[in-house]
Amino acid sequence: MCGNSLTGKKGIKKMATRETALAPTAGATGSANRNKEMQRSSASQNVGQTERYVSAIGGGALALYGLTRGSLGGIALALIGGSLVYRGTTGHCNVYEAMGVNTAHEKSGAASVAGNRGIKVEKSVTVNRPAAELYRYWRNFENLPRFMDHLESVRNTSEKRSHWVAKAPAGTTVEWDAEVINEKENELIAWRSLENADVDNAGSVRFQEAPGGRGTEVRVSLEYDPPGGVIGAAIAKLFGEEPNQQVEEDLRRFKQVMEAGERPTTEGQTSGRSATSGK
Amino acid sequence: MKALCWYGKNDVRVENVPDPKILNPRDAIIKITTTAICGSDLHLYNGYIPTMEKGDIMGHENMGVVVEVGSEVRKLKVGDRVVVPFTISCGHCFFCQKELWSLCDNSNPNAWMAEKLYGYSPSGLFGFSHMMGGYAGGQAEYLRVPFADVGPIKIPDGMPDEKVLFLSDIFPTGYMAAENCNIQPGDTVAVWGCGPVGQFAIKSAYMLGAERVIAIDQVPERLEMAEREGKAETLDFSDEYIFDKLKEMTGGRGPDSCIEAVGLEAHGTSPDALLDRVKAAAFLATDRPHALRQAITACRKGGTVSIPGVYGAFLDKFPLGAAFNKGLTLKMGQTHMHRYMRPLLARIESGDIDPSFVITHRLKLDDAPKGYETFKHKEDNCIKVVLKP
Repeated sequence: MCGNSLTGKKGIKKMATRETALAPTAGATGSANRNKEMQRSSASQNVGQTERYVSAIGGGALALYGLTRGSLGGIALALIGGSLVYRGTTGHCNVYEAMGVNTAHEKSGAASVAGNRGIKVEKSVTVNRPAAELYRYWRNFENLPRFMDHLESVRNTSEKRSHWVAKAPAGTTVEWDAEVINEKENELIAWRSLENADVDNAGSVRFQEAPGGRGTEVRVSLEYDPPGGVIGAAIAKLFGEEPNQQVEEDLRRFKQVMEAGERPTTEGQTSGRSATSGK
Repeated sequence: MKALCWYGKNDVRVENVPDPKILNPRDAIIKITTTAICGSDLHLYNGYIPTMEKGDIMGHENMGVVVEVGSEVRKLKVGDRVVVPFTISCGHCFFCQKELWSLCDNSNPNAWMAEKLYGYSPSGLFGFSHMMGGYAGGQAEYLRVPFADVGPIKIPDGMPDEKVLFLSDIFPTGYMAAENCNIQPGDTVAVWGCGPVGQFAIKSAYMLGAERVIAIDQVPERLEMAEREGKAETLDFSDEYIFDKLKEMTGGRGPDSCIEAVGLEAHGTSPDALLDRVKAAAFLATDRPHALRQAITACRKGGTVSIPGVYGAFLDKFPLGAAFNKGLTLKMGQTHMHRYMRPLLARIESGDIDPSFVITHRLKLDDAPKGYETFKHKEDNCIKVVLKP
């Protein structure tokens, strides 16, 4: 989803400038079949041209950055960076191979994120509130950071446009402008990032009345194109930013905020771990 | 403040810890006036419950006086005397609105942990492992109570703590166990386990119209209490052939319903821990899973087996065939506390029952570790320990 960049502002921002645009409507990539075909092609080269370029440069920067940090995390970064350089120069990615992914035959300038290149997450939750209320809350994007923990802030800049700031590893942030590309009152909101986003992304949320007075089914589809394609998400996993789990938790928090008015927490509570004296 | 903290198997200590703070607008802080050690606390003490962390404050049978309320608390005010249910419920989700309070969707901050094991998460609980929310418990001087307008019930002045404290768990738990039996006129109810929950299940079965209650245990003083206080007929689990005896006592029919108030000390979260415990349970062949099997076998055709005893994970050699072919109804789950607290308070006020009969030991909070030892080993005829901070 929006903002799983490892690179951040001071890292290798250019990595995020993709040659492809996101799907105009979220959830409409429809390239699964094409990707299946791709997987059967060349065994040695399974990384697309642009991605190789991005991998090599980004990997080098990542390795350098990792080495300068000197911490355990830094070493991990450096190792990842090294592997990115390798896949960039050879066009072969062991992780892609393991995952059965091949992006070598991607088409430049395609209208959507190639299925395996971008990360797509679809999740749903049932919230015991009317659709109209949920819609109103979500449509004011400035509310999103209340339940999407990776977002630092969202500011509405016009009726259709907003500026998003997301947290990235190592205390950095990634930013983008987004615009609403489709909306139907109380039913649907769809948005996508605009050009020059740090992380290209798109999302949609649908609200549908659940049967028998069970509230509203909320279905979210998020798509983003992290630096380094699928490998970016694999890296992201190392940082506990697993997108599926993250979106699921985001939706759980949305439900908590809408139903209970607050998010349950034990953060900051007392315990014997802060005991001052034994007995 | 002082608080009883868990540090590992058979290791609990009273420590000086920071006072609890309001963390959410719907929180309240209460000053504990009386708390208790529950049989299920022994599962923690015995190290059977995973996702406990060193330093966790225990205790889920709590009452006290409100000393602070969050900005969104409307019904409680400073100075109110309250009993706090062991389950935490938001009051607004589908389950709370259906009065399935212990299944609240929004009160477990660590719901994902429970989901890994159960598919979906039950409500958060006080002082009962991180999988159940990791909330600090009330065996302490103060307690933070989330969703304070939903859970705690106010207690009228003049009603002693010991009469109402068990509205926090064991009285409603025993009552729901009996209510789950759908008791009809003439029914015989058999109750396995005469610990505090069993004692309340016996009393509740009579309150709900049971003709006879047969109590089964092997601890003499518990059977004695069931007889004296509960007016139950008793069977000694250790030296009698229970199935035949129950059949005999019911004219060959079997008990109309069976309550299994023993529970199983085989809990786990991680798959390997679960496997270990399942193995352990199978090899140990303790009488504990045996109680549930026995209840299912002994129950009459078309009857109900009600399970207030706590189960955590998987059960070995569960006689589903007996349950299926006899068309049994199985009812179970953590107690939907809020359904029962007010009606049962009314029964206490009207003098129908005085729940303090289960108390055998009264200790200072400082002596809580000793209380755990005494309770665990059933020393000194211990059935129920209450603690005063």
